[in-house]
Amino acid sequence: MSGLLAWVDRRFPLTKLVKESMTEYYAPKNFNFWYFFGSLALLVFVIQVVTGIFLLAHYQPSASKAFGSIQGIMYDVKWGWLIRYIHTTGASFFFIVIYLHMLRGYLYGSFRKPRELLWIIGFVIYICLMAEAYFGYVLPYGNMSYWGGQVITSIVGAIPYIGTWLAELARGSFGIGTPTLNRFMAFHAVLVPGLLAVLVLLHVVALHETGSNNPDGIEIRDHLGPDGKPLDGIPFHPYYTVKDVFGVGVFLIVFSLVVLYAPTMHGLFIETYNYIPANPLQTPPDVTPAWYLAPYYAMLRAIPNKELGILTLFLAVVAPFFLPWLDRNPKAKSVRYRPVYLVMVVVLVVSMLVLGWIGMQPASPKLLPPARFFLVLYFGFFVLLPFISRIEPTKPVPDRVRM
Amino acid sequence: MKKLLFLALLVLGAAPLAAVAESGPQLMTPHYHFDRPTIREGARLFAEHCFSCHSMSRIRYNRLETDLGMSAKTLKQDIMLPSGAQLNKGMVVTMRPKDATKWFGVAPPDLSLEARYRGVDWIYTYLMSFYRDPSRPTGFNNHVFPKVAMPDVLAPLQGIRAKDGSVIEKGSVSPQVFDQDMQYITAWLQYASDPSKLERDSIGPWVIAFLVVFTILAYALKRAVWRDVH
Repeated sequence: MSGLLAWVDRRFPLTKLVKESMTEYYAPKNFNFWYFFGSLALLVFVIQVVTGIFLLAHYQPSASKAFGSIQGIMYDVKWGWLIRYIHTTGASFFFIVIYLHMLRGYLYGSFRKPRELLWIIGFVIYICLMAEAYFGYVLPYGNMSYWGGQVITSIVGAIPYIGTWLAELARGSFGIGTPTLNRFMAFHAVLVPGLLAVLVLLHVVALHETGSNNPDGIEIRDHLGPDGKPLDGIPFHPYYTVKDVFGVGVFLIVFSLVVLYAPTMHGLFIETYNYIPANPLQTPPDVTPAWYLAPYYAMLRAIPNKELGILTLFLAVVAPFFLPWLDRNPKAKSVRYRPVYLVMVVVLVVSMLVLGWIGMQPASPKLLPPARFFLVLYFGFFVLLPFISRIEPTKPVPDRVRM
Repeated sequence: MKKLLFLALLVLGAAPLAAVAESGPQLMTPHYHFDRPTIREGARLFAEHCFSCHSMSRIRYNRLETDLGMSAKTLKQDIMLPSGAQLNKGMVVTMRPKDATKWFGVAPPDLSLEARYRGVDWIYTYLMSFYRDPSRPTGFNNHVFPKVAMPDVLAPLQGIRAKDGSVIEKGSVSPQVFDQDMQYITAWLQYASDPSKLERDSIGPWVIAFLVVFTILAYALKRAVWRDVH
């Protein structure tokens, strides 16, 4: 066995890889609850790829057969319902896990120097994930798929000069139809997952270069022992592998409860209206997006002008890219030592939640004032952060991590 | 402090949800045990009263045998349409959509996914809500589906009622039996819209129990490995 390993190691750095990324990768010992979601996001990605392969084997990307083939999976394919429910539940859980993972970054300042690229790569992953979810949402070709597809491609169509051409390119035709399903399937099953796989790899490579941040927002590499290892670090394997296995257990319990007992989550994970086949002549009473994109939809609707609305949407999505340079607190990164910043993060989260709720409601003039109010709060976070972070009161930051 | 803030965040986020007002007529919730005998009874009633016009195309006949435990004899006698129905084919009516449109103004919809789309409360309330309305071509109207094209085929059972609910003509069964029968039909429609529910309910406890044991063991392992970390 050791002979074989030596043979491999001469040709491929297997032992070296395992050492550098697992047994001798030192992570801070004070990770808390929030640090489960990185590994869980990877788990959900694998779940989506595996179930996606099975779905792809039974799905037919044409306007006349797509809806029926999905029902074929639900009714006739052995265990097809399980595979599809895992995939649809996985889509929503991917966003739950990623949103919690991102919120962790906000809370503990994980985007701050030297982790700017780590943050940006992560944010590109999030944007790819939104695209992935959107393409996947159109594929079952229910009536919500159809009209959702119509609305989003028409947003592309509002781009000045090249919009019409771009929208036609995206649809593959003048409207949503078989050509749209063909290319969306190519994007959903090949292009975006491929991008995601590469980006996830880059994300992990960047993480292992900078080392993990921790709830105290201080660098464990500033305090090395005589052996050159961080005093507050513990090897990722076995410590965090076994801890993450426990996290996976808890996650799978929650995930299975949804898959087995509430797979549509009362219309939140699988929309009721999508059980009518796509019908170009029948507009749904309200076209509202899936919950994970709803905050952005609320922002879009909060602005009466279409072009300005799309600009707002664009700015809202790109704003967090600049976070590493907007936060300028010289003394501390983590909310543990920044009470004012904590309040700001909480306001940001509440704004996103309320905007998400508004985004899922039928369009109504009554909801415009709250939508605009929370839209201002959302942008307020990014606009005020550079100023507040410089002068905010900061509690004394400890030298070493606290358990 | 931190915990309080997060609680406040949750409450603030959830508050608008509570404020949503329901619109439309009040829907009634059926109370049935979602089990095989209930669904089989619903299937029998569906075949008797609905299956002349409404297909259930996603459900193959033999599913009632393999999934619901119906005997082959009952299946043939009570459910299967006589002309050329095959065990491994879907439950499709013989009425042609073209004729149906001519007779009713609109072809009766396939009901496979109806419970998905409408919800069981809507279906149950709809079945209970027909009333006499001479202004309609069929002579009947429905509280939850105004101007419905479907004639009240349930009238011989339920009797005929006026808009205010007063009895115009008595039906062949008591109101209690009728109510019960409509709940059976609703259970059948719920089953047909997602047959996996039976299977999910039966494997669910085992899956969760396995995962709970797995998680407890994983926690014990974590504790053991982390013993020396302070």
